[in-house]
Amino acid sequence: MKEMEKNSGIFKKAGSAIVNFFKWLSTDLKDIGTTFANGDWKTRVSFLIMGFGQLMHKQYARFVAFFGIEVLFIYYMATFGATYLKDITTLGTKKSGWNPDGTMAYGDNSFFILLFSLLSIIFIFAFIFLWRVNVRQNRDRQILLAQGKKLATTKQDLHSLLDENFDKTLLALPFTGVFVFTVLPIIFMICVAFTNYDYNHQSPTQLFTWVGIENFKNLFSIGATGFGKTFGKVLSWTLIWAFFATFLNYFLGMGVAMLINKKGIKFKKMWRTILVMTIAIPQFVSLLYVSKMFAADGLINSYLMKWGWIESAIPFWTDPTYAKVLVIILNCWVGIPYLMLIATGLLMNIPEDLYESARIDGANAWQMFRKITLPYMLFVTGPYLLTQFTGNLNNFNVIYLLSGGGPQSMELTGSAGNTDLLVTWLYKMTYNNTDYKMAAVIGIMVFIVTAVISLVVYNILPSVKDEEGFQ
Amino acid sequence: MAKEASMKRRRAIGNAVTYAILIIISIVWLFPFVCLIIQSFRSYITEFGGMVNYLIPKEFSLDSYKFLFSEESQFVKWYGNTLTIAAFVAVFQTIIVICVSYALSRMRFKGRRALMNFWLVLGMFPGFLTMICLYFLLKELGLTQQGAIPGLILISVASSGMGYYVFKGYMDTIPKSLDEAARIDGATRAQILYIMMLPLAKPIVIYTALTAFMAPWCDYIFASYVSLGNSDTYNVAVAMYRWVKTNDYQGYFTRFCAGGILVAVPVTILFMCLQKYYVEGVTGGAVKG
Repeated sequence: MKEMEKNSGIFKKAGSAIVNFFKWLSTDLKDIGTTFANGDWKTRVSFLIMGFGQLMHKQYARFVAFFGIEVLFIYYMATFGATYLKDITTLGTKKSGWNPDGTMAYGDNSFFILLFSLLSIIFIFAFIFLWRVNVRQNRDRQILLAQGKKLATTKQDLHSLLDENFDKTLLALPFTGVFVFTVLPIIFMICVAFTNYDYNHQSPTQLFTWVGIENFKNLFSIGATGFGKTFGKVLSWTLIWAFFATFLNYFLGMGVAMLINKKGIKFKKMWRTILVMTIAIPQFVSLLYVSKMFAADGLINSYLMKWGWIESAIPFWTDPTYAKVLVIILNCWVGIPYLMLIATGLLMNIPEDLYESARIDGANAWQMFRKITLPYMLFVTGPYLLTQFTGNLNNFNVIYLLSGGGPQSMELTGSAGNTDLLVTWLYKMTYNNTDYKMAAVIGIMVFIVTAVISLVVYNILPSVKDEEGFQ
Repeated sequence: MAKEASMKRRRAIGNAVTYAILIIISIVWLFPFVCLIIQSFRSYITEFGGMVNYLIPKEFSLDSYKFLFSEESQFVKWYGNTLTIAAFVAVFQTIIVICVSYALSRMRFKGRRALMNFWLVLGMFPGFLTMICLYFLLKELGLTQQGAIPGLILISVASSGMGYYVFKGYMDTIPKSLDEAARIDGATRAQILYIMMLPLAKPIVIYTALTAFMAPWCDYIFASYVSLGNSDTYNVAVAMYRWVKTNDYQGYFTRFCAGGILVAVPVTILFMCLQKYYVEGVTGGAVKG
């Protein structure tokens, strides 16, 4: 019942967002119209030549910025963008081949058609936005002048970039970086999920094209060639892994911190330093070494056999169950030091008199832990646990360096192994199978799983609901 | 009296048990590293360089280390590559994180919340999803294979703006009244950042630089992709992963151990020196999310 209410709430929200968007759009268009109608000739020219009004009022920096952007945009679209954008519906039709004289005749490159088309579309939207800013500036200029106020000079404009507009200066580079190297590639890969880009359709020699939701159907199909069964298995193992990796580490780490913090224990600093050392040593050294220790010919098996405890090597990495248990245990070895550090700091924040009064009331250690320590810790670290959980869903390094996703299984498609998480599977799909389309689909699935869990858990966290709870 | 004595005895037993557990924990945590050190002193020439069924080498030798510094191996080059990447990433990433954190923590502008939410959602996409696209982007720029090192630096730095959470959380705890006082005295926003905020945020600046410096030493995935087939531009992780995992690992295991020690020791020493700042960053980050 409650779920349904929540769902209908989401739909209502989405509906009102759409309505609001169109309302905003119509007022904005009307606003542009009135600006033109009431504008002086400088404003009207600015509709075509961006920054013209600013230039006439000696705001040179603004003129250079706006006009420069306009020139660059037109140049980019005319020489580059349009040639790619026109093929967006087919992603190229001309295959590469051989010329009669034996040289290579390059055809269309689907990869670049898709990538640069997306870039061009984004540039178009950005340009419209800047054009709107330009129009608004001209309107504001007229209003200011009508009120008899002075306009900002070029010097003031530039100075403001270090003061009231400092945020723009600070964010320009990081924003561009995230845009080019994260946003654009993500949009690109989302599009790839709807194409047939794979080993048989690799650019530049081959073309790929749109296939609709074919790949998603494939992911959920249970047939012999479908990914359905494998996806279900990998997803459930990913969730099991994330659960154990998060909560085992959490409670064991807290336990170790409490042991070290215990009254009367000496050399606290030394115990901590020993554990912290594992954080310092690069994981690819420590994890690769540990994974070798448990190999069939590794130290653990060798000594157990030498001492006569076992007849033949324990198949730590070749038996699915052993491998799964072992990666979870070894992950504790990796994760406990972090949690120990965090818990140590937090445990010291709990007021000592809470424990004092509990002791007077006759509470034993376990009761004090249950009633005081645990609620406090869960309350304070709730959001952290959530990020830990979603981080563990994507914990690439530990799985890849320890088990490499193995052992392989004949029952799983797409070269997935028994300990593969969705991300390591995605990596294998890209690197070993060059099956980009399915890798993209799995990537979207990882996003959906992460987003849903984050949303649901975030809404039930006590520290979000009740910020004052423990203060 | 009897009760007090029994209390005392119980506490002593409790402490003894605690010590026992802590000693076991220490052994478990240190054991792999001790083994790593011991095995790195086994000669691959006179004994065997692969996996063997005993821990202590028959005789002490520095052959594996000598190999790393000899003409035969490019280890020094790989080490230099990694160090270069780590140094550049540490500097640029810290600068970018400072810029983003200051803007988001101190300034209120249109679209601030939208930007933060947008970046939060972006972070939910798995990083390796975009690997293939980034690879071709870099290739277009000529930053793969031969140019892998600047390429890797660019990739690590470019998106680092999204990792502002810990830094911003720390800045949020610095009172805003300080800013306002400085502004009344006529300082610009930029001056406030350089002159006032950076010294106050020193622990977290060090934390950010330290974590940024340590990450490239473990970067295997993308590095192996970008430098594929060009051993001049490998980093230590890529090169040594091959020693362990490819077919000839049988003879290279002790050399991996020796290389691992050479990588781990400086990083560990640096980390231990700056441990105080690291703890501060990790703890603060956990509470503020």
